[in-house]
Amino acid sequence: MLSPLHKQLLNDYQRDFPLSARPYQDIADALGVTEAEVLSAFTELNDNNFISRIGPVIPPNHIGVSALVAMSVPESQLQAVADKISAYPEVNHNYEREHRLNLWFVVIASDAEHLRAVIDSIERETSYPAMLLPMLDDFFIDLGFKLDLNNA
Amino acid sequence: MLDVKDRQLLEHIQLGLPVCSRPYLEIGRLCDMPEAEVIDRLTRLKQQGLIKRMGVIVKHRQLGYRANAMTVWNVPDNLVKQLGGHISRFSFVTLCYQRPRQPEWPYNLYCMIHGKDKATVLKQLDQLIDACGLSGFDKEILFSNRCFKQRGAIYQNPTPALADG
Repeated sequence: MLSPLHKQLLNDYQRDFPLSARPYQDIADALGVTEAEVLSAFTELNDNNFISRIGPVIPPNHIGVSALVAMSVPESQLQAVADKISAYPEVNHNYEREHRLNLWFVVIASDAEHLRAVIDSIERETSYPAMLLPMLDDFFIDLGFKLDLNNA
Repeated sequence: MLDVKDRQLLEHIQLGLPVCSRPYLEIGRLCDMPEAEVIDRLTRLKQQGLIKRMGVIVKHRQLGYRANAMTVWNVPDNLVKQLGGHISRFSFVTLCYQRPRQPEWPYNLYCMIHGKDKATVLKQLDQLIDACGLSGFDKEILFSNRCFKQRGAIYQNPTPALADG
């Protein structure tokens, strides 16, 4: 499963990933391994779906606009409706939650007009009303998430 | 603020840094920018807070964090900033936003907690409620069930289909 190197890469490089010409070499130097080992470990983490990517976390609403959207969908329809919604490239997350409002997804669009067009299209296609919950303020300073990987 | 070249750069790099020896050179090729400029711009954006963090974006579920509770509270508007700031300081919290109330949905403060199981998450939530003085406010806890789609926030330009329709 996860090697000690995988675990170090997962926990120690969620922020402050090196911004240098040879970042994987810098990581290798810091961990006392070779660049090739770091590259193959990251490839394995990607291939096994343990990470979504290496990249920047951008604060909401600095590029484009986003909104959380909630819908109430009968259980028998949920998978089909969810599939239709997930097919939109503007939809990033789409979860079932244990509630009367049982489908929750996040739409990210280039501007307010684009966002409205996506929501309107989803409402037309699914025939369920969408409750739109744009972000007003973001209190979270994202420092990454400390994973306990002892049993992983 | 972000200029046009910052936006182009972020549009390319948000899809993921290539896993290769000179990844910023590769990104630079995609947006016609020298490697050094890619690195300089990313460094500046991070210093300015326009990049919150730069690094590995993990998939909680696949790494054993199967329980995920979105908790929503109805708190007085004049307290939302203070309470949001307090909630955000807990290491098990992964998001904390203010959103507008809606008809039949009076909640204005949202927080996300990831844990290995529901019992752990509920215990952490109790801890949060005690420490932040949230016990007097109406709330709902919505645990996630099926995940239909999950990827990092990727900003989209309008698709031709939408622009036409």
